[in-house]
Amino acid sequence: MIRVQGVGKSFGEKKVLHGIDAAFDAGAVNFIIGRSGSGKSVLTKCMVGLLEVDGGTVHFGSDDFTAMRFKEREVVRRRIGMLFQGGALFDSMTVLENVEFPLRMFSEMGADERMERAMECLRRVELEGAEHRFPAEISGGMQKRVALARAIVGRPKYLFCDEPNSGLDPQTAIVIDNLIRDLTQEYGTTTVVISHDMNSVIEIGDNIHFLHNGRVAWCGDRSEILNSGVEVLDSFVYASDLMRDIRSKLQGK
Amino acid sequence: MGLLFHIGRYFAFMGSALRRPQRARVFFQSTLVELEAIGVQSVGIVALLSLFMGAVIAIQTAHQVSGWIPAYTVGFTVRQTMILEFAPTIIPVILSGKVGSNIASQIGTMQVTEQIDALEVMGVRSISYLVLPKLFAALLIFPFLVVISMVLGIGAGAWVCNTADLSSFADYKYGIQMDFSAFDVTYALIKTCVFSLIITSVSAYHGFYTAGGAREVGRSSTKAVVYSVVIVMVANLVITQLLLT
Repeated sequence: MIRVQGVGKSFGEKKVLHGIDAAFDAGAVNFIIGRSGSGKSVLTKCMVGLLEVDGGTVHFGSDDFTAMRFKEREVVRRRIGMLFQGGALFDSMTVLENVEFPLRMFSEMGADERMERAMECLRRVELEGAEHRFPAEISGGMQKRVALARAIVGRPKYLFCDEPNSGLDPQTAIVIDNLIRDLTQEYGTTTVVISHDMNSVIEIGDNIHFLHNGRVAWCGDRSEILNSGVEVLDSFVYASDLMRDIRSKLQGK
Repeated sequence: MGLLFHIGRYFAFMGSALRRPQRARVFFQSTLVELEAIGVQSVGIVALLSLFMGAVIAIQTAHQVSGWIPAYTVGFTVRQTMILEFAPTIIPVILSGKVGSNIASQIGTMQVTEQIDALEVMGVRSISYLVLPKLFAALLIFPFLVVISMVLGIGAGAWVCNTADLSSFADYKYGIQMDFSAFDVTYALIKTCVFSLIITSVSAYHGFYTAGGAREVGRSSTKAVVYSVVIVMVANLVITQLLLT
């Protein structure tokens, strides 16, 4: 599991995170949701060490990541897989080379074994046949799936997904959601998903943390989110006509 | 203060770049790719410029040579110009436009599209992984390019003297052999090695600290070329003063 305690982060005068406390369970899909600018991405970047925290701690299991030196962090990072919002695929490499890359850098596998594992991950994300294409030659949805394959190729203990569904059509979004849920259950990873997408939250969210103005304003599971009674969360959840319609129907029942 | 900030950050950047590669095999593969990108793909432009410059220097010198100035001066001048300045300084300056901007835009694009963040999250030392193969490849290949430039420039001078009847081949040959000091070539190659490191590291530095989008990548690329050229010129003065006086 991942534990975040009292994490604060400022950029100059602007305080973005105000002492965040949160726990993300192993084998569960943990969501961080909130409006744009609420601090979701900053919190995630602090968790994986792309940004240094001003205060507080981040524990991966029993390891205090924030207190670690650079070299010690490298060891923890090899257990982390991350799906970036834009995919962040290496554009000079083919799809197969992208997926194989973490193994090439950190595993003792031979070339055949690496390729076999990479192909296994590509099959998992239904991208068999695209392995020799470059990222620029495939669609946004395919790029996301390649990025997911790359994130899981090293069998990570911790999986971070930043807006995995942004810019995708609803059907592809469901495919990605199901993949994330299945992989989490299969590998027992601690999965942290940052999203705005309420469909995903309701579909696969085991634990949900709602961030508002750099604070955790609500925490619960998907069965509770529709009736949280927290005003700022309700205005986020029921922002669309569709969700308001669902609420009226639920209340009608 | 801004200048001091950049100097400090540049040296910290170089400290990270010169760390031992995490995977020797990956490092050597990347270096081979960079040798091709920095070296092999630059042979054409280096050859073309050197041929024309050697020929033009020969014509200009022949134009000045008359009366008491001996005809072998043409060969001598072409040799000295090519070995001392054109090949080791002007060729790297030209390459900073090609190679430097390419490095800055490549790394800058990786930065703004989160590819560098992806490397970091995986546990890859991104600066060392991206920059060290480029430094190593440039250090290996620039001297070869410069020697090619010297040979082609001097050869083009001989060819133009012969075909345009500017001086006899015997005079030209005597000129390029006269008072030849092997140290001039050593000096040129030392300069080249220093310039290759300046161009690649300064360009990589500007690329790595790109923040924003496509416009900033373009700006970084421009800054990489401008700063590389300025620093190469300052280094040229310092090295020349140290080695030739």
